[in-house]
Amino acid sequence: MTTDFTPWASLAGGVMIGLSAVLLLAWEGRIAGISGIASRLLPPYQDRSFGSRAGFVLGLVLAPLLYLAVTGHEVVQSVSSNLLLMGVAGLVVGFGSVWGNGCTSGHGVCGLARLSSRSLVATLTFMATAIATVFLIRHMGA
Amino acid sequence: MNFLVNLGLGLLFGTGLVVAGMADPAKVLNFLDLFGTWDPSLAFVMGGAAVTAFVGYRLVLRRKAPLASPTFHLPTATAIDARILIGPAIFGVGWGLGGFCPGPALTAITLGAPGTLAFVPAMLAGMFAARLIGTGAYRPGKPSFAR
Repeated sequence: MTTDFTPWASLAGGVMIGLSAVLLLAWEGRIAGISGIASRLLPPYQDRSFGSRAGFVLGLVLAPLLYLAVTGHEVVQSVSSNLLLMGVAGLVVGFGSVWGNGCTSGHGVCGLARLSSRSLVATLTFMATAIATVFLIRHMGA
Repeated sequence: MNFLVNLGLGLLFGTGLVVAGMADPAKVLNFLDLFGTWDPSLAFVMGGAAVTAFVGYRLVLRRKAPLASPTFHLPTATAIDARILIGPAIFGVGWGLGGFCPGPALTAITLGAPGTLAFVPAMLAGMFAARLIGTGAYRPGKPSFAR
């Protein structure tokens, strides 16, 4: 299934994401890494920032409703209905992102913006295995 | 106050994901499908976000401290060790399987697709497991890695 190439919308969305990351650093001095924020909503707790993290995650969850209210457009989406596949994918994403100290946002956006070589290695690694996984499924019949 | 500010920042981040098209796994999977129905849009998302953060971080870090905390909480690890290869390698496989990384998966909850509702609890369980095993971000007595 093809999807439309949307450079301007994607660039605008990216700038919004970057702006959110900048403002989070300005406000609380933290990196906007979603795997770190979400995983620290779960015990064990190391600091007193639970309220901040809960607020951020709630904002993420409510964002499509804000988008609908402002634009009047439903969010278009196509998610696999293979629940076993999606469950396994979720488990792997959750484990791998915390094990590697970050995901697309923490390493791919914030880490690269900090010119972190660790984040560059992480980003190249998850891009490579993600591309390889899609290749195996779509073109090798895995 | 921190809750409300973060609620606003989460809304901004999540709306950015929606506007960018990242809340749609089909678009993400097409970005990753270089040799098929490639949709390069997400390069613009990551590029736009990273460049904005690159410029903004430099402005913010000129200050001695953030507005609502006595210090900045920046990651201190620099070693290129096995974990920084293995963790992202595992994460990438899941990203390629489902088309969701953690942010878009959380943003997609209210859209209510069954696949999302299977993905998110499993993701949280995976995160919890990684922290319990202790090789993840959680290390007692060490500074918090706010990723």
